[in-house]
Amino acid sequence: MARDSQAALVALNRFGFGARGGASGDLINAASDPRGFVKAELVRASGVLLEAPGLQSTQQLGQAVFAYQDQVRQAREAAKAAAPAETPPPAPTEQKPGLRRNLSLNAAATEVAGQMTEAKPADNKPADNAARPDAMQPNAAAPPAAKPAPQPLNVIQKTFRSEALARLQRATLATCGFTERLVAFWSNHFCISATKGELARIWAGAFEREAIRPHVLGHFADMLKAVEQHPAMLFFLDNQQSLGPDSRAGQNRKRGLNENLAREIMELHTLGVGGGYTQEDVTSLARIITGWTFAGRQGQLGTPGSFVFNANAHQPGAQMLLGKSYEAAGLAQGEAALADIARHPSTANFIATKFVRHFVADDPPPGLVARLREIFVKTDGDLKALATALVDSDEAWKAPLTKMRSPYDFLVASGRLLARVPEDPGAYLNDLNLLGQPLWSPAGPNGFPDTSAAWAAPEGMKLRLDIAAQMGARLGPNIDPLDLLEFAASDAASIETRRTIERAESRQKALALLLMSPEMQRR
Amino acid sequence: MDCTENRLLTSRRGLLLGGASFAAWAYLPKFARAADGRDPRLIVVILRGALDGLSTVAPIGDPDYAGLHGSIALAADGAHPAIMLDSPFALHPAMPEFARMYRNKHAAVIHAVATPYRDRSHFDGQDVLESGYAGPGRVQSGWLNRALEALPRGERVSSALAVGPTTPLVLRGNAPTVGWAPVALPQADDDTAMRLVDLYRHRDPALALALSQGLQLDKAASGDDMKPKPGNAVAQMRQVARGAAKLMAADDGPRIAALAFDGWDTHANEGGPVGRLAFLLGGLGGALAEFESGLGERWRDTVVVVATEFGRTARINGTDGTDHGTGTIALLAGGAVKGGRVISDWPGLKLANLYEARDLKPTTDLRSVIKGVLQGQFGLSDRVLAETVFPDSAGVRPMKGLVA
Repeated sequence: MARDSQAALVALNRFGFGARGGASGDLINAASDPRGFVKAELVRASGVLLEAPGLQSTQQLGQAVFAYQDQVRQAREAAKAAAPAETPPPAPTEQKPGLRRNLSLNAAATEVAGQMTEAKPADNKPADNAARPDAMQPNAAAPPAAKPAPQPLNVIQKTFRSEALARLQRATLATCGFTERLVAFWSNHFCISATKGELARIWAGAFEREAIRPHVLGHFADMLKAVEQHPAMLFFLDNQQSLGPDSRAGQNRKRGLNENLAREIMELHTLGVGGGYTQEDVTSLARIITGWTFAGRQGQLGTPGSFVFNANAHQPGAQMLLGKSYEAAGLAQGEAALADIARHPSTANFIATKFVRHFVADDPPPGLVARLREIFVKTDGDLKALATALVDSDEAWKAPLTKMRSPYDFLVASGRLLARVPEDPGAYLNDLNLLGQPLWSPAGPNGFPDTSAAWAAPEGMKLRLDIAAQMGARLGPNIDPLDLLEFAASDAASIETRRTIERAESRQKALALLLMSPEMQRR
Repeated sequence: MDCTENRLLTSRRGLLLGGASFAAWAYLPKFARAADGRDPRLIVVILRGALDGLSTVAPIGDPDYAGLHGSIALAADGAHPAIMLDSPFALHPAMPEFARMYRNKHAAVIHAVATPYRDRSHFDGQDVLESGYAGPGRVQSGWLNRALEALPRGERVSSALAVGPTTPLVLRGNAPTVGWAPVALPQADDDTAMRLVDLYRHRDPALALALSQGLQLDKAASGDDMKPKPGNAVAQMRQVARGAAKLMAADDGPRIAALAFDGWDTHANEGGPVGRLAFLLGGLGGALAEFESGLGERWRDTVVVVATEFGRTARINGTDGTDHGTGTIALLAGGAVKGGRVISDWPGLKLANLYEARDLKPTTDLRSVIKGVLQGQFGLSDRVLAETVFPDSAGVRPMKGLVA
């Protein structure tokens, strides 16, 4: 049937999110022209943008958070005034991610045990439990009326879920998914974490839409600038608190630098560890970007929730960075510094290595890294050229599919194969939490790990299998796992995989085994 | 760090039950509590994976049995003797509750039975078993659902039952159903996990190592208090049956339901009087006992039908297990069963008498058993049974006298 199913597997799995089931014909199309199939998505840069009804800008969202926080405060004060002796209702403060997960899952488990006394909405929890198979009423004897109505989601939780849903739907529907994979790569490279606080949570999706997507097929320097000036990043890495020690604000408030963002810009976003910068350079860059902040609720500096340069907080004077003096005052000083860092040879090396490691192998082929580094330098960091060169390389097609799909890739690939377009992000968000990749919420600014070892850990594999078994249990009528194997891998599937699926005890188990097969786990 | 701990904790607590499902007709049959006071209930239990009938109800008096079933054959003596039923048959020692029901004439065995399906694919075999059609093919409805359509529909059953996401095919169709499952987030069963480990061993040793370790970790953790004990097949089957019986015992509870239990595909290390199959049969027997006790007074009017897609080879294979076969058993249990007997036109296990020289030859069509039960419990006519419930089956007569 297919001309080259193995190449089609590389096209769909290494570069994309795997073949879609149903009538997509993805595997056949990919087989007839594997490189063309992948590169087709690179033609239209605007196709990377994500707009969906109801998704709002960072400014609008910032204002929504400020308004929500005001409401909560007023409600608390009103309650206090009405009943001074009583404890005020708890504010919806941010919790640690672990605690959040625990709450939501325990809530789900308790509900099923029929003993639920309190509905505590964690924002990664499905709003409508009827959407989950596990939510069937457990006990006919217990009157369902005893269950209190769940609290409505607040604006932050609602936004997070809408953003997640839009991203999941896009990934599920994409033809190959290469540009969505690129978005996920860059978004993880320049990650923020929603666990930082309410602003980070509400902004997480908008950050990706505004700072990452417009530049995924553009220039690295532009993405770098968009990221470091985005309120979500400034909030995540505390730059809104950083004051030039000699600035007016610094003098008035007796406070000074916060190096967090400056360090991560060089260590994680551009040059990489060992990229040739010193502690002096970190401090210097921190001074250079003092004043990069966002306007707060009062809007003294600008529209609340928008990026602003606060000259009052900016460290005056020229700064030496990486052997070069930056004289320009104000915002231009930092922009010039970022422009140079984006073009530093260490950045080219760091990005090329990370890029190849993500798409090809944990030990990236040095020849390919060298070629991409050269292209990065020659094209002034043209990311479309970088992606094209990767697809055009021989190495990317010859290297065996040894990378492990991340939990996100795994869940999206499974949804695509089952031709299920998510209508509610709840199940995905829960599964991502369970598998250790909570959406837009890595544990640190270095993002989620990108090696196979990280995702093929024992407990993770066991949980992945359990989730695959649940997907199997939900298998609808008239879906044959052997047909799905044809969609997913056709004759590139190993004899052993085919046999294991054929011999499964039931279609449900066959599907679980298919989803867990090396063909679906490796990319 | 505490993220990880919470993750493990919640996953282990939450992930418990796999391999079982329950669904029921959303309405009461209208003739319930009719003049004669009978309020019949029917429970269909599907065993997915193909039950080894020769190990469950063993023809220990057949001279060829011990040789064929070899290391896993049951015997009348030894540490775990099989329980004698009608000669030459003996019941697996893991099912004492079923033996008791049999002695009380509330349980029966039909041996050398099969659906009309004669190939050996689980998927197709289950399709035939559950669809009620003579051959495999993708159909939208099961025989039990089509039987419901022929019944007069009364009031809706208890509204506390939610619509289930997956109804077994046997109960799928136009007649509305409700579903229920006792525990969230089913955990993958051991058998599936072992098959995957085996696949990984051949194709992806790194994943084989990781998954094996993950499974061991999980096993180790099942000793702690996080997990309801014992999180095993026996407890799960009993638990599903207990819950289902409670629902069905209620005045407004469902009267007609189907359950499916997984895990019967015993290709390797099937075990004899003890071992893997014994373990599962213990669960099945326990589930029947849960129905008996949970239904209380209602047990008197109940029939439970236990069926599987096909049997297993008469001769054991090279790994102390059995491969896909043909003839097997069906079990009936319940106060309404005219029990205390093994119903069989026994073909014998001589090589010449085996189907394709490997399987127990089926001499009874499973459809005639089910037709007999449907007729005995609900009075469905020969014609409805032959045309609608089991299409094109006029030649398969309902078995008489199964229901008291």
